[in-house]
Amino acid sequence: MPGLTEENVPFVQRFFVFWDRVGILLAFLVVCVIFGALNPVFFNPLNILNVIRQVSIIGVIAVGMTFVILLGGIDLSVGSVVAFAGIIAAGFQVKWGGSLFLSVVVPLLIGGGIGFMNGFVSTKGQLHPFIVTLGSMSIFRGATLLVAQGKPISGMSPAFRFIGAGMVGPIPFPVILFLGCVIIAGMVLKRTVFGRYIYAIGGNEEAALLSGIMVERYKISAFTILGFLSGLSALILTSRLNSGELVAGQGYELDVIASVIIGGTSLMGGEGGVYGTLIGALLIGVVSNGLNLLGVQPYWQMIVKGMIVILAVLLDKLKRRFRTV
Amino acid sequence: MGDENGVILRFEKLTKRFPGVLALDEVSFAIKRGEVHALVGENGAGKSTLIKIVTGVYQKTSGEIIFDGKPVHFLTPHEALRSGIAAIYQEFNLIPALTVAENIFMGHHFTRRNFIVDWAKMREEAQKLMEFLEVDIDVDARVRDLGVAKKQVVEIAKALSLNARVLIMDEPTATLAQKEIQGLFRIIRFLKSKGVTVIYISHRLEEIYEICDRVTVLRDGRYVGTRGVKEVTVDEIIRMMVGREVVEKFPRVAHQIGEEVLRVEGLTLHGVLENISFSVREREILGIAGMVGSGRTELLRAIYGLDPIDRGKIYVKGREVRIRSPLEAINHGIALLPEERKTQGLVLLLSVLDNLGLPLLPFLSNRGFVDDTKLTEVAQDMVEHMNIKTPSLLQKTMYLSGGNQQKVVLGKWFARNCDIYLFDEPTRGIDVGAKTEIYHLMNKLIERGSAIVMVSSELPEILAMSDRILVMREGRIMGELSREEATKETILQLALGRRDEYARVD
Repeated sequence: MPGLTEENVPFVQRFFVFWDRVGILLAFLVVCVIFGALNPVFFNPLNILNVIRQVSIIGVIAVGMTFVILLGGIDLSVGSVVAFAGIIAAGFQVKWGGSLFLSVVVPLLIGGGIGFMNGFVSTKGQLHPFIVTLGSMSIFRGATLLVAQGKPISGMSPAFRFIGAGMVGPIPFPVILFLGCVIIAGMVLKRTVFGRYIYAIGGNEEAALLSGIMVERYKISAFTILGFLSGLSALILTSRLNSGELVAGQGYELDVIASVIIGGTSLMGGEGGVYGTLIGALLIGVVSNGLNLLGVQPYWQMIVKGMIVILAVLLDKLKRRFRTV
Repeated sequence: MGDENGVILRFEKLTKRFPGVLALDEVSFAIKRGEVHALVGENGAGKSTLIKIVTGVYQKTSGEIIFDGKPVHFLTPHEALRSGIAAIYQEFNLIPALTVAENIFMGHHFTRRNFIVDWAKMREEAQKLMEFLEVDIDVDARVRDLGVAKKQVVEIAKALSLNARVLIMDEPTATLAQKEIQGLFRIIRFLKSKGVTVIYISHRLEEIYEICDRVTVLRDGRYVGTRGVKEVTVDEIIRMMVGREVVEKFPRVAHQIGEEVLRVEGLTLHGVLENISFSVREREILGIAGMVGSGRTELLRAIYGLDPIDRGKIYVKGREVRIRSPLEAINHGIALLPEERKTQGLVLLLSVLDNLGLPLLPFLSNRGFVDDTKLTEVAQDMVEHMNIKTPSLLQKTMYLSGGNQQKVVLGKWFARNCDIYLFDEPTRGIDVGAKTEIYHLMNKLIERGSAIVMVSSELPEILAMSDRILVMREGRIMGELSREEATKETILQLALGRRDEYARVD
């Protein structure tokens, strides 16, 4: 083809890569600057750390959700998994012997197990994960109430309290957990065979299968990772609240999915990444925090969040359209 | 409306620049009213871009389109349609769950008082169109229940319902059976007699002689020339398309055939495949011919572990194997080049590098981490070896031409070094030059000692490249022909099963 040279062909792609990565970052910075200008408390280091700490509960799950959405899937049960794993953690802390080891490990395994089941049923049964996880969402909310017999379980040991409330130097421990997950997931997606195959399956499942990739295995793995990280989130939340709450995690699926989508991961699968999710989660946290500081009624937060989600999906759509023309 | 010499559509220095690519470079030519005008060129020559500009899908960068004596500039396909230019693409634009009549009048339903759908009127008008086209299609049938050929007729009727004066057809015969092609040609001739202008895009040059009046050749986004089909030979057209002499269309090299590598015994998949037995040996190309739907693709899929078989045995190098997934097939040294490169062969969102790496990553990694240096080396090697034209390894495969995409699909298996290659329509929809390159690559595989099982609908290809040919019909093997016995006639006879029918087709 005429005019085809090394430098100018990938320009469109480079532009979109730039836009993908930096577009959301710019939006995030603009929002920060606006809130900072309206209320100087916003840029106070304590407030900033506070925001990241709040975000980490959602963010840890969003890291796992990134894997699932990259594969073209979805999981609505994460909020209920947080509640169930949280009540189990609280149970081991308060009622069943108080072992720190069991109250950490069992909820993580339960989270992973639920994720495995979600993945197993939806792939082997060839059901849309939307419907399978809608079912699990109800199952584990009910299971939470059943285990707790309708009452929250409170009073954790100081060691367990460290998970959600502890500090390492000036940095809250949950922030370290969250950023650790982001970095590890980022590396897995970029550098490992597992990560590359996630993108291949999300981009074209049939081509991946025909290339000898065990598609089902990877899908089940992604749901399992998500479940495990939901368990981790449950530990942070339960520890932070000093209580296994019945309504814990309610509505998390929206915030989690929103973080991933705002971060530029396509609902169609195959495109995106976990660093975008980091920014997406922070953006949601910052909007909540900023509106709080401005004294806006909390009800508005939900409305604003919903609008941001729709806007993000709209941008993704536009991006695809521009690419094909 | 006044126009010179009966010209309905004229392009003047039409140029389209995509970021980094000049897809059309000052293309000028004219299409006459009421002719069937073929547009040919290799993939990437600019045919698709040209028609997408005419129909308002893309916007031109510069130049003019003169339609019916007036410069036009359509911003949407809808505007082009209203002015009388319609296009029928390979992927139909129909709604499967709706009836034929509804699909025909989609977007301009007949209504009463602008509100209530006038079903009676719509069915009546649809019926009239069917009668006009002299085809027998129930206007109340759901489109999803129709075959490809009938769907195509519905598309044509849809265009006519909008009074299309220029009808653009993109590879209309690619998915049609021989008999259906004749039906389509009858309709095209009929439309022509009614003064409709048809722009006909096809890779099958022999069709152009049958149905077209003139042919325009594009190459690398430039206009090469327009000829009357009576004044130009196939070789000349090909020379215009590729810009050089194509010495050998089918560069077959005979090789010493070796040991048996794959044997299939009594393979049965209820209702699809019936008691299939055959074998293939090292350095042998086994062709599988048959009509679309005769079970050829299904046979390859079954061997590759995609569809569980009900009965039968598969032996690889003399050992019985059970293959339940593509991964197991690959581990037994079997590779499949699927029928549809865009939906089955490639991850279009990913780069050349990532696509080439798909079956190789487990070998190019260390404890789960990809060895990017090694992967890049292997991929670079493949790009050179396979002569894949791409600006870089990181180019997304969606931006490559069809021939180059196919070479990427081949490349990933080439690097994997398999013993048995299952090829399903390896050259469908790619241009003459790239086809020859694919044949050369097949020869290289044979030279390496591999065996190839090739399903193809193109008889000249299967005749020229195969050592032996199996002919399938309705899920059965109807016969095996040696290279010497095989001719177009003997294959069609077995494939169709009836002598009279084959006589009519040829």
